[in-house]
Amino acid sequence: MSLHLWLIPLLPALGAVINGLFGRRFPKAAVSTVALTSTALSFGWAVFAALQFVGGGAAAVTESHGAWIRAGSFSVEYGFYLDQLSMVMMLVVTGVGFLIHVYSVGYMAHEGGYYRFFSYLNLFMFFMLTLVLADNYLLMFVGWEGVGLASYLLIGFFFRRDSAANAGKKAFITNRVGDFGFLIALFLLIKHFNTLQYSGVFKAVNAMPVETAGAGLLTAIGLLMLFGATGKSAQIPLFVWLPDAMEGPTPVSALIHAATMVTAGVYVIARSNAVFNHAPIALMAVAVVGCLTAIFAATIGMAQNDIKRVLAYSTISQLGYMFLACGVAAYSAGIFHLMTHAFFKALLFLGAGSVIHALGGEQDMRRMGGLRHKIPYTYWTMTAATFTIAGFPFLSGFFSKDEILWQTFSSPHGHWVLWLVGVTTAFLTSFYMFRMWFMTFWGDYRGEAHETGEHAGHAHATPIGGHDTIAHAPATGSHGQGADGNSEPHESPWIMLAPLVILAVLSVVGGYVGVPHALGGNNTFHKFLAPVLPSTATVETGTLAEHVAGPAQESASHGESASHEEVAMERLLTGVSVAVAFAGFGLAWLLYVKRRDLPAKITASLGTVYKTVLNKYYVDEIYGASVIGPIVEGSTKLLWRGIDVGAIDATVNEAARGAQDVSDGVRQQQSGNIRSYAGWVAAGAALVIVYMVWMGTR
Amino acid sequence: MIPLWYYLLLSAFLFACGVAGFLIKRNIITIFMSIELMLNAVNLSFIAFATQWDSLNGQVFVFFVMVVAAAEAAVGLAIIISVFRTRETLNVDRVNLLKL
Repeated sequence: MSLHLWLIPLLPALGAVINGLFGRRFPKAAVSTVALTSTALSFGWAVFAALQFVGGGAAAVTESHGAWIRAGSFSVEYGFYLDQLSMVMMLVVTGVGFLIHVYSVGYMAHEGGYYRFFSYLNLFMFFMLTLVLADNYLLMFVGWEGVGLASYLLIGFFFRRDSAANAGKKAFITNRVGDFGFLIALFLLIKHFNTLQYSGVFKAVNAMPVETAGAGLLTAIGLLMLFGATGKSAQIPLFVWLPDAMEGPTPVSALIHAATMVTAGVYVIARSNAVFNHAPIALMAVAVVGCLTAIFAATIGMAQNDIKRVLAYSTISQLGYMFLACGVAAYSAGIFHLMTHAFFKALLFLGAGSVIHALGGEQDMRRMGGLRHKIPYTYWTMTAATFTIAGFPFLSGFFSKDEILWQTFSSPHGHWVLWLVGVTTAFLTSFYMFRMWFMTFWGDYRGEAHETGEHAGHAHATPIGGHDTIAHAPATGSHGQGADGNSEPHESPWIMLAPLVILAVLSVVGGYVGVPHALGGNNTFHKFLAPVLPSTATVETGTLAEHVAGPAQESASHGESASHEEVAMERLLTGVSVAVAFAGFGLAWLLYVKRRDLPAKITASLGTVYKTVLNKYYVDEIYGASVIGPIVEGSTKLLWRGIDVGAIDATVNEAARGAQDVSDGVRQQQSGNIRSYAGWVAAGAALVIVYMVWMGTR
Repeated sequence: MIPLWYYLLLSAFLFACGVAGFLIKRNIITIFMSIELMLNAVNLSFIAFATQWDSLNGQVFVFFVMVVAAAEAAVGLAIIISVFRTRETLNVDRVNLLKL
């Protein structure tokens, strides 16, 4: 039985081609019909394939469509691969992607380049699905690069604005840096395993010993893959592009820079778990990178005033959690969080888009407030998402984040320090999310105060840093005053609200597929993924070798063997994370509802520390001074003025000048003076005679 | 019998006179005459050699040269007249349109 997996990525590609080539002449309704139909069909087929897959005993399906590259014994195929992991990814991408397409119809209704937007969006879906469904690293890399391209196009969608064009370039180039590492990892795979097929690579890797003694080939491959993943998934050190990517339209931020593309790095690490399980050093690097990124981005998120930037740093921080999970070999926990995060973060972004839409393009939270009565649907859905990401009990974020924290603590690869940082991050997350929530929806509407203002500067209750010189983009105006020019906040149309509601429901209930044993659940999600993603216990006991494709590893799932103390411990830690979630809520409430004068005092007393955080630890500036500056200087002075102008151009120019000089000498003969010609003739004749005489006398 | 080298010496002398005249003089007519002088110097050596070796070839050559010289004189004089008519001078140094 063939599942025709190729249809899933190809349908959006078809939509992209139709809209891209002919969309200019279509009315908007036709453009949205094409885009939505192709995505919906793709989603439908994905659901169908998933049902067939699960119904068919969940045996991994490989569908190959001939050779792509064949060189000697090495070959790469156009092949698609469906297993538990790619099924989850596929459903998330098509499902969330479809909802965001629907939302975009409403959000982009008043924008120019409507067909272009949907063409790019469909193109992104095509590449993303290629990425998750490919059955080898090279085809995956095509998707990997393709989503980078789509991301670049969509960040720079408002390309007339310099900041948007620059943000697009920044994202693209930063990603290239990571891709460089990833490519080297692929070359190493080709060199040592002579294949890029997942099955072949993992089989070979599983036959190798775990590199406990020191760094070896697999550690190198793992670290290089991690480097590539840090680019795509916005981790330290390559996270700088994601906040700037908020220049794109908000649905793009939701789809690409929150729910799907940025999770590609997590997917790759989870997919390559065989490699990482055999390379403890690389695994630890993943955990450390994730952990640092999580807390680093969370602290920056606390001080941002642009609603989308708060969410951007929140995304980076949450991706850090996923890396942390993968880094302690709890891959399924990472993927679980990936899924729930896709729901609630897409919802948060779409909700933020709805707020921005309501306020006619305003993104600065300092000029929001009191919106809960004006845009109730947006308010309630955002509320669901905020409580979910903060980790309030029995919402999806609670289950997934808690799973990660527990695994961080209990996994043989984990460590209580990592756990502590994770919990601190959870507290910060809760704080900055509720800060955003309170600033946006509670209190009084501060938008008018700004306009009315003879005293514009001081009137609105100053949240953290009301008087700073933050470098956030000027309210992008991407979503101009709308068609009506009505400055009163207004609720978005139903086509934007429907996806919000659906995502809100998913955010709330999505976690119930993975309720852990300690909380009376069945851990269904992790058991489902177990054939692909071994649990931490399996990794430790060294039964990796048998772990190639057999779905019969469930006994290793930690639930059954969990001792009584372990369950108690897990419950205790769960209590701690719930406590920090409430603490974050309380602190945000205290600072932004109860005592609104406090933030200004706190920022004043913190001084330089606050300024550093506000300016994102000056990471951009540091990169500018340490990497970009020297490259620009070196290119300008050495490569351009030195080698290009000084050596290459100079050689050519000197050769031409030499020819000119010689010609100048020679052309003097052509004097036009008849007697001088005659003189030359005579001289020549004389030379001939001399020569002949000389020859004759010899 | 006058020795051969007398003729050759005379011939070389005449030829040298022709070359010198050609290079030195500025009047086109004079230059033209110098050319004729060179041709006839060559003719003289042809004849001398023909007599020396009892061969008619040299004499035949001379006839050819004279015919060519006559044709050349006709063309050359026509050119000179044409030059004089357009430029009103016979000084070759002023017939220098091709000069850089």
